[in-house]
Amino acid sequence: MSNGHTRAEHFPGPLHHPPLTSGEARKHHVPHEHHPKLQHHFDSMDQQLEASTLGMWVFLVTEIMFFGGLFMAYLLYRWANPTAFQEASAHLSKGWGAINTVVLIVSSLTMAMAVRSAQTSAKPKTQVMWLVLTMVFGAAFLGVKYVEYGQKFHDNLVPGPHFVWTGQYPAGAEIFYSLYFCMTGLHAIHMIIGLGIMTVIAIMAWRGSFDARYYTPVEVGGLYWHFVDIVWIFLFPLLYLIGAHYGAGH
Amino acid sequence: MEMTLAAPRVDYLNVRHTVASWLLTKDHKRIGIMYLVVVTIAFFVGGLFASLIRLELATPAGDLVSSDTYNKLFTMHGVAMVFFVLIPAVPAILGNFVLPLMLGAKDVAFPKINLLSWYVFVIGFLFTLYAMITGGVDTGWTFYTPYSSRASSTNVMMTGIGVFITGFSSILTGLNFIVTIHRMRAPGMTWFRLPLFVWAHYATSLIMILGTPVIAITVLLVAAERVLHMGIFDPALGGDPVLFQHLFWFYSHPAVYIMILPAMGVISEIVQTFSRKNIFGYSFIAFSSLAIAIIGFLVWGHHLFVAGQSVYAGLIFSFISFLVAIPSAIKVFNWTATIYKGSVALDSPMLYAFGFIGLFTIGGLTGLFLSAMGLDIHMHDTYFVVAHFHYIMVGGAIMGYLGGLHYWWPKITGRLYSEFWARIAAGLVFVGFNLTFFPQFIAGYLGMPRRYHEYPPELQVWNVMSSAGASILAVGYSLPLVYLVYSLFAGERSPADPWGSRGLEWEIPSPPPTANFEVTPIVTHGTHQYAPSKEVGVV
Repeated sequence: MSNGHTRAEHFPGPLHHPPLTSGEARKHHVPHEHHPKLQHHFDSMDQQLEASTLGMWVFLVTEIMFFGGLFMAYLLYRWANPTAFQEASAHLSKGWGAINTVVLIVSSLTMAMAVRSAQTSAKPKTQVMWLVLTMVFGAAFLGVKYVEYGQKFHDNLVPGPHFVWTGQYPAGAEIFYSLYFCMTGLHAIHMIIGLGIMTVIAIMAWRGSFDARYYTPVEVGGLYWHFVDIVWIFLFPLLYLIGAHYGAGH
Repeated sequence: MEMTLAAPRVDYLNVRHTVASWLLTKDHKRIGIMYLVVVTIAFFVGGLFASLIRLELATPAGDLVSSDTYNKLFTMHGVAMVFFVLIPAVPAILGNFVLPLMLGAKDVAFPKINLLSWYVFVIGFLFTLYAMITGGVDTGWTFYTPYSSRASSTNVMMTGIGVFITGFSSILTGLNFIVTIHRMRAPGMTWFRLPLFVWAHYATSLIMILGTPVIAITVLLVAAERVLHMGIFDPALGGDPVLFQHLFWFYSHPAVYIMILPAMGVISEIVQTFSRKNIFGYSFIAFSSLAIAIIGFLVWGHHLFVAGQSVYAGLIFSFISFLVAIPSAIKVFNWTATIYKGSVALDSPMLYAFGFIGLFTIGGLTGLFLSAMGLDIHMHDTYFVVAHFHYIMVGGAIMGYLGGLHYWWPKITGRLYSEFWARIAAGLVFVGFNLTFFPQFIAGYLGMPRRYHEYPPELQVWNVMSSAGASILAVGYSLPLVYLVYSLFAGERSPADPWGSRGLEWEIPSPPPTANFEVTPIVTHGTHQYAPSKEVGVV
């Protein structure tokens, strides 16, 4: 260490400095060239990318737990009111739900293409095209959701003092719609945040920030986008499809 | 000493002095200090409420405050202490400062997110403070529904928002630590060379990222019910209030381990340094941290023994709660074995460590009383519970935090404090703490319920002892504020390794330079090498 302080000779400290293991040291300490996007506290671009992707994975774990509380509530109340949930679910539009499912899956594909185009140093225009396509599908999803929510308001299916249910199980149906709005609402908020992230990434891509050496934001944004899609893959059957056979098999 | 150069050395403190250089810093060391300031404020806010509680309870009659005000006092004491002191104290202050140094890293993996988490924390704290100043909140820090979602007319929403926001600060800190420990270790810093403080923070971070989101969604659902009248927890709307208790304790029980595990990490460091011995059973202590984190997620049902939970569920929760005692005991035995035949120096950090080991043991053992279903029915919601968790949280977590603060203070500030006053403070804290909380075990066993501002006159003797102890404790906690701040101006300058600790963070000057290490270090063996290395997994 350059400050040259001394320590008891019999007990060498945990540090030894470069000359001892110079090969290793070079590899870690002197990056071959300093990439402009390399932040000061990382030793290499690889370390930086690995840290960012791990960070996003850890964040997605917290997201799973965040939605997990809602899924727990769903499990409990569906177990307590099985028929009421079917009756309430039958009133959701399976058509809109299915269209939105397809829209989101396609958006996952375009997102994957956006990541790939950055990894392979495709032209900024190509990268931006895939990102914008992803955003278009995301916006389409939200548009459909807006139509659906509008219908629910119109039909007085929003829980609270104005909730009206003409079926057999008004109490259970109200709980179902509470969960429906909480779960799809939280999902929609995540979609909106996703669109914000995509906008930033698209601007960066337009400026030519990404190539095979540096594509961390696209990669990390893509992980987030896929996660939000997967949440919907669970929400769709749990909310829209459980009522498919209501009244038929009983 | 090497510090005889004409020009003062540039370190992270004197590199810049502007306010902006602090508020916009991405330096983990400065962010740690910013947390220290806010947490200290929160500690004295929470302490003020505690003092008022103890003042009221000095007499059996409810004569100082009304019962409504009393409800607010214990609620705000709990909210301030749990969310703004105990949870962030060790990880966000000491962890932020020391963890990257211990790994040989220049910073945490995401310095901007680290700064963001401080702002999130402060915003959450301001919301909560605002709720406190404009009328307070009276639900208890547990926010049980349906009282919180329907009945209470106090500032539940504002407090809930504060807690919700603060939760994200905790998540971001945990996320940062996990990635930092995985990706920022210097070459040669293998998993089994990590200081035990790092292992403890790894386990803590796991709980932070897995548990905190659940309390966040729970608070959101309470808000949806309270504001939008969506039925989730309120039986009148078809909901189930016990679901709230499950979701709440799924986070809030592991949160106890968020408070105690980092303090255990501090104790592992202090015990080695001041016994001049390598830790006894390194890997057992490391893995017991993980075991506590994992088992800690499976015991929440012991808070629901009298909430109508099925007896069979209770039986399993009771059994698993007993299991947590094993990794906790492993730590206590290993610390004791480390001290055994060591050349023990009774410096102030070590005094806190001794306090921790004794008080945590009492807190842990009385926890076994409460995890026994039959006994819990007698003791549930009595002062026995209050005494038990204060032994863990104050006797454990706060003792560990103060020990760590004294231990790393010379590293953080580059100054030595008055050891004489530090020892007196440690003694006062220990005596005051026991006088405050031991009588509460007895009062609780005799049947005094918690959360009441009146009690039968025959319990007064225990309450007077407790209130007297609280006064001593208040002096004990205020002293460090005086001599630590004084040391900033008049303290002797600290050498790099004032305690002879032999850890990576002690290799660099005190206070460290902004970049921590001029060159990324190469690590060849573990910390605190007082004897030839006997490393796990290394030939």
